[in-house]
Amino acid sequence: MSDTLLEIDRLSVDYETARGDLKALRDISFDIRKGEIVGIVGESGCGKSTLISSILRLTAPNTRFRKGEVRFKGQDLLQLPEHKMRDLRGADISIVFQDPMQTHNPVLSIGQQMLDIQHRSQAGKVEKRARAAQMLGAVGIPDPEARLEQFPHEFSGGMRQRIAIAMALMSEPDLLIADEPTTALDATLEVQIIERLQELQQELDCAILFISHHLGVIAELCDRVVVMYTGAVVESGDVREIFHDPKHPYTRRLIDCDPGHIKERARVLPTIPGEVPDLANLPGGCIFRDRCDQAVPRCASEVPPLSKLKEGHHAACWLNHEEVHQ
Amino acid sequence: MLIFTFRRFGLALLILIVAVTTMFLMIRAVPGDPVQIMLGPRATPELQARLTAELALDQPIWKQLAIFYGNLLQGDLGTDVFSGRSVTEIVFQQLPHTLWLILSSIIWSATLGIALGSYAAAHPNTVIDRITAAISVSFVAAPAFVVALLSLLIFAVNLQWFPAIGAGEGFWGRLNHLVLPAFAIGLSWVGYIARLVRASMLEVMGEPHIRTARAFGLSERRVVMIYALRIAILPVVTVIGVGMGFLLSSAVFAEIVFARPGLGKLVIDSITTRNYPIVMGSVLISTGLFVVSTALADLINAWLDPRARAAV
Repeated sequence: MSDTLLEIDRLSVDYETARGDLKALRDISFDIRKGEIVGIVGESGCGKSTLISSILRLTAPNTRFRKGEVRFKGQDLLQLPEHKMRDLRGADISIVFQDPMQTHNPVLSIGQQMLDIQHRSQAGKVEKRARAAQMLGAVGIPDPEARLEQFPHEFSGGMRQRIAIAMALMSEPDLLIADEPTTALDATLEVQIIERLQELQQELDCAILFISHHLGVIAELCDRVVVMYTGAVVESGDVREIFHDPKHPYTRRLIDCDPGHIKERARVLPTIPGEVPDLANLPGGCIFRDRCDQAVPRCASEVPPLSKLKEGHHAACWLNHEEVHQ
Repeated sequence: MLIFTFRRFGLALLILIVAVTTMFLMIRAVPGDPVQIMLGPRATPELQARLTAELALDQPIWKQLAIFYGNLLQGDLGTDVFSGRSVTEIVFQQLPHTLWLILSSIIWSATLGIALGSYAAAHPNTVIDRITAAISVSFVAAPAFVVALLSLLIFAVNLQWFPAIGAGEGFWGRLNHLVLPAFAIGLSWVGYIARLVRASMLEVMGEPHIRTARAFGLSERRVVMIYALRIAILPVVTVIGVGMGFLLSSAVFAEIVFARPGLGKLVIDSITTRNYPIVMGSVLISTGLFVVSTALADLINAWLDPRARAAV
């Protein structure tokens, strides 16, 4: 496919620790096409953050890329020299981080920071300032000219996240990575930010990799969704498809647990029983087996492959294989 | 920033008043009649009575305090009992020696300490980091008086590279005389500042906004020198500001070991002779120096860090 922007191909990433290697990502494969919004869902610790830092190659020093490729416009980012990689950051690939309260430098004015990130532009200082003010206006910051003089602590959390979005989109990137951009904000702000992100995405026609554990937001915003569990993709496909006909027990449980889906008043909110397995010491077979209520003997012995169920819908579960039911 | 400056110096003035009043009362609580010590055992009662009246020691304590502050406002710190010279003049004659000593100590130790600390933080847990750590800790642990005596023995007596005593004449002469005492006082500060900068730098480099700066492709040099160091330097500025007090007390023994003129030597000499006006004058100036340096540190921090401007 020529319109594929980012292609993650059998990516495996470990963290070297004193306890042994933590298998943070195992055999991750999915792709993002130009102008598409892809969501990633999963519990805390499922490897979402490792995945995005791997794409940008901003990983901790103890990270080891064991296998696989991260192809951006056909080029494997993991093989790129550091200076080439730096040319991509904030230009072709931008990111909005999770916590807006921590994402800006506290001692430099917003204007200074927005000027600094235009370091590749040949424009003069006045032009760069105007561009910064225009972007602040575009994300709905009133009186942007004056607010460029202000420091991060003079803005509210919602405003800071808007500024982060403005900064990320300033270079008109091909890919925007949004790492739980609304998790730290309250619900009304969340809606505003999502709507604004949607508008800007259509205007700039950039692809978005949207990471969240809020299924409602994913359903609202994304074209496709990738469900991750303990460092592996368990299901991926069209948003509608996944939400209406989930083919992996984990996805099903995740949807059941989403407060938006609970119709009746429940005394106890549903949860998925059991614990996430230890990444340093993974059991054989299916990783979700211990928490799954539909497990069959085969789940204990063999790892289910991520197999294609129909065009654009993949799941890694033995229950989808005919021979199990016979 | 302007409002912050005014408020900070207002606070400094208040601190100064409290400190000076406390000093004034404390020095009068020290046992021993100053008049008897000054005049010696053979003075006549008439002479003693005259000096007591001259120093206003026969007045109630609050009145003595009022007289003291009244004179202070006119820049009059009293007169030296022995020479009859103005205390203001004597103190300000000695002040530059101490000031230069402190400043040169802090400048060389802060420069080296910040460089060592940043370098160690940029290469955490490497051999270089361990070596800097070992050196820094031994610098901190070395008492300044030991360093002073050893450097005197090695560099002045054995090698004869630097003069041992006095303050010197002319710019180069003075500078030459400054080297050993400044080295002795500053050495432990090098280690202290290096450790502080390393810890502070490592903490800042782990903060999310540094990751943001990198995610926008800013050069590592700019990230470290502007985005991180500007924050990591804040505690160092505060410590140096407060450290002026310690440096003033270090200066006292450095001036005695190296037989340098200065405020410290003046105070010690005056305390042994109960020369109240000189003691009060020197302490007042030292306190002023300390209060001003902490206020300056706060101002520098407020300039570096906009969040600090809201405080005070």
